[in-house]
Amino acid sequence: MIKVKNISKAFDGIKVLNQISTVFDKGKTNLIIGQSGSGKTVFIKCLLGLIECDSGYIEFDNKAFNTMSIKERSILRQEVGMVFQGSALFDSMTVEENIMFPMHMFTNKDESEVRDQANMVIKRVNLINANEKYPDEISGGMKKRVAIARAIVMNPKYLFCDEPNSGLDPKTAILIDNLIQEITEEYNITTVINTHDMNSVMEIGKKIVFLQNGKKAWEGTKEDIFNTDNKAVSNFVYSSDLFKKVREVYLKT
Amino acid sequence: MKFLSNIGKYFLMIQSVFGKFTKWNILKQLILKDIDVLIIGSIGIVSFISFFVGGVVSIQTALNLENPLLPKNLIAFATRQSVILEFAPTFISIIMAGKVGSYITSSIGTMRVTEQIDALEVMGINTYNYLVFPKIIALSLYPLVICASMFLGIFGGYIACVYGGWTSSGEFIEGIQLDFIPFHVTYAFIKTGFFSFVLATIPSFHGYFMTGGALDVGKASTVSFVWTSVVIILLNYLLTQLLLT
Repeated sequence: MIKVKNISKAFDGIKVLNQISTVFDKGKTNLIIGQSGSGKTVFIKCLLGLIECDSGYIEFDNKAFNTMSIKERSILRQEVGMVFQGSALFDSMTVEENIMFPMHMFTNKDESEVRDQANMVIKRVNLINANEKYPDEISGGMKKRVAIARAIVMNPKYLFCDEPNSGLDPKTAILIDNLIQEITEEYNITTVINTHDMNSVMEIGKKIVFLQNGKKAWEGTKEDIFNTDNKAVSNFVYSSDLFKKVREVYLKT
Repeated sequence: MKFLSNIGKYFLMIQSVFGKFTKWNILKQLILKDIDVLIIGSIGIVSFISFFVGGVVSIQTALNLENPLLPKNLIAFATRQSVILEFAPTFISIIMAGKVGSYITSSIGTMRVTEQIDALEVMGINTYNYLVFPKIIALSLYPLVICASMFLGIFGGYIACVYGGWTSSGEFIEGIQLDFIPFHVTYAFIKTGFFSFVLATIPSFHGYFMTGGALDVGKASTVSFVWTSVVIILLNYLLTQLLLT
């Protein structure tokens, strides 16, 4: 579980995050949604300590993150997996090497054990015949799978995903969403996903936090989102005709 | 203010480079890869430039020694002094700031733009040590490149002079032994040691702290070349003042 209390961040005097508090539960896919520029990426980077927040505090399973020493953060980060928006795979390594990298870095397992573990994860994310390929030789969807495999290979307690299905076709996007949800439940991970994809909200939104202009404007579940009278959320989620009709049908039934 | 802040950031980066160390097995591979790219990959261009510039230096010296009272072996003497004292350590370092420096800035900068550095940080890796330390170690072999440059510069001078008909082989060999002060070679290698550190760290700094997109990687490489060159020239002056006067 990750607790966030009153975190704020400003760049050059402009507040990007303003007093955000929330809780991300274990074993659930927690979604942060909002328009581009609403502060989603800064928020997730503050949670990871890639950007230091100006005020507020963050707890990872009752361990205060803000006051941790560099060494303590380094240890905690070994329990964190992250899927970046652009996958962030290492160009100079093959798919298999990318996935084995965290194990080479932090475990003393021998090469065959490392390879077995990597291949197990590769199977789990349904990557076929890609072990020896380099990141620039595989598709966007495969890159995301590799990034997910690299993120989960060390059995993390926390998984962060920054727009995991951006740039993917709707079918692949849903496959990636479902994969993240399955992994979250299977490994009982606290998963935080940053997205502005409404399909993701409807598919895997166990808990949703809506950000608007750096503030938390709403939070709830995907079921709550159909009934909410919060205009900001409604305008954002039901901005397309398709979703407006989906909502009408849902409310009628 | 930004200038001072960057100097502070640079020294904090250097401190962090020697902080938490990456696993030796991984570091070893990175060092070997960097030796291949930064040192072995530079030998060709350094040899080519050194040989021909050495030749040009000797021809120009010969052309300026019109007085018949001046011995011909002075051509070799001047070539040796120019190559050992300045050309090999300093000007080759400026060329390396372009070749190696741009490579370092653009490779680290691209990792920054594509969030690969963030990915390393999230894993709990000391990214300064992982990215910069192997380059410092690889470039500690840079004096070997300068050694080759010194030899080839003087050899180029020899070929140009002897086969160009400016001096005889004997006169040239006599000239390169004339008033030889071994400390000049030591001085050149001390300079090279400092320059190799500058060549590894300033481009790394510009790559690591760059912001923006692909276009900014190119801009960062240019800025990195300018600052690496400026620091090399200033250090050259300072070290010459300290060691030779």
